[in-house]
Amino acid sequence: MKPAAFEYAAPSSLQEATKILADYNGEAKILAGGQSLVPMLNFRLLKPQILVDINRIPNLDYIAEHNGGVRIGALTRHYALETSPVIAARFPVISEAMRHVAHLAIRNRGTLGGSLSHADPAAELALMAILLDARLTAASASGTRIIEAKDFFVGALSNALEESEILREVEFPGFPLFTGWGFEEFAQRLGDFAVAAAAATLTMSGARCTQCRIAVIGGETVVRAVNAEALLTSSSLDDKTITAAAKAAAQATPMNSDLRASSDLRAHLVEALTRRALEAAKHRALEKQQ
Amino acid sequence: MNKSHTIRIKVNGTAYERAVEPRLLLADFLRETLGLTGTHIGCEHGICGACTVLVNGHSMRACLLFAVQLDGAEIDTVESLGTVDKLHPLQESFREHHALQCGFCTPGMLMTGVDLLRKRPLATDDEIRDGLSGNLCRCTGYEHIVAAIRTAVRERDEVSGKAVR
Repeated sequence: MKPAAFEYAAPSSLQEATKILADYNGEAKILAGGQSLVPMLNFRLLKPQILVDINRIPNLDYIAEHNGGVRIGALTRHYALETSPVIAARFPVISEAMRHVAHLAIRNRGTLGGSLSHADPAAELALMAILLDARLTAASASGTRIIEAKDFFVGALSNALEESEILREVEFPGFPLFTGWGFEEFAQRLGDFAVAAAAATLTMSGARCTQCRIAVIGGETVVRAVNAEALLTSSSLDDKTITAAAKAAAQATPMNSDLRASSDLRAHLVEALTRRALEAAKHRALEKQQ
Repeated sequence: MNKSHTIRIKVNGTAYERAVEPRLLLADFLRETLGLTGTHIGCEHGICGACTVLVNGHSMRACLLFAVQLDGAEIDTVESLGTVDKLHPLQESFREHHALQCGFCTPGMLMTGVDLLRKRPLATDDEIRDGLSGNLCRCTGYEHIVAAIRTAVRERDEVSGKAVR
C-alpha cells in the first residue's frame, strides 16, 4: 500500500526539530532511517500529520570513545556500528549482535536511535542497551535528560520519550577488565527479528565471578534476568550453577506466544541460548586472564 | 497540507529536478515519475528486496525511502549496470549461470550483489547466502544466483590481485 498523505519537514538543527514536535503535539513522527517507520506508514498503521526528517541535522552520526566506553550519535547507521573498529575493540558483543540485525540494505539506512526508539521487543540493539546498561540522552526544547536503558523500554513498541523529545545519543559505559561476553540468537531466517535471544557478560576475579549481566529476548520487552544473575554472582561458574541460571533466565519474563513460537518453545530456547551465551562468556573471561 | 517539495536528484548519472509529494516513495518516483521501470516493487514493506537500489553508493530499499528525502542524492538503479548489447560483468554472470527464471527479483539481486561485492570478502558460499538473505526469489533459483555471485567474486579478486580463497 501507499502511505496516507503527510507534511514533511527536514530541520537542520535539533532545536528546530524539537520545536516542530512540540508544535504538532503528538501528531508528528521522527523519521531517522525509516526502516521500521516506513513499513508502518505504507501499511497505514500510522498516519502522522507530519514527518520530521532528522537526517539533515549535523553531528548526530558518530562513534566516540569516552571513559573506556563509547558515545554513539543516534543517527549512526547500523552499517557503521557493524564495521566500527572502536566497537569491535571495546564492545565485541555489539559487533556480534550487529550480524543479526536485518540485512545489508537495511543496515545501510537504519539507525541506532531509530531502532531503540522503535522499541521492538525482539530487536538485538534493545538487547544490547539493556545488557550493557546503556544511558540514553533525550533532547527537547527545554534541554536534555538522561534515561537509563532499564527505564527506556516501557512495553512492546513503546518507549519513555515524551512526544517532544528526540533520542540524541546512546552511551555504552566501559567494561571492567576480565569481562567475557556471549551472544546467542534463534531466528527463522538470518536477519529476521529474533524468536528468542540471550546475551551475557561475566566479569571474573580469579576463578570467581564478580559481576554478571544477562539479558533475554522472548517476552513483552527485553529484560535482564536478575534472578539468574544473582545465582552466578560470587559463584565459580560451575556447570551446575550455569544450568540453574539458564533455567532461571527462561523465567525472567512471561514469554510471548505467536505464530512463530509458543511461549513454551520460547522459554526452552531462552534457556538453551542463555546456557550457550554464559559458556561463551566464561570461556572469554578466563582467556583474558591468561 | 501535503504540498509538493522540489528536489534535485541524480539518477544513473542524469540530473533531474522534480516536484514531489512527500509521501511519494523512491520506488514510485523512479518508476512513475522518471519511467525507470527496471526497479521492481514486490512487497512494499522492505521484506522482499526487489526494489533495492544504490543511494550514494549504498544498497537501500527504494520502498522504504521517500523521494523528498533524497534532495541532492545520487541513485543508481539496475538500468545503470549494462545494456542488452553490453552486459555488466555481474549481469553476464547471471546470464551464464541461469540465475534468473521469471526475473522479478533480479534487479534487487543485482544491486544487492554490487554492494556485497564492494563491501564483503564473500569467501564462502555461506557468506554469499548470508548477504543475499534479504532478497527473496520465489522461483527458488537461489543456487544459480549464489553460483553467479561466486563467479563475480572470483573475477573481482583476480582483477584486484587478491588470492582466491
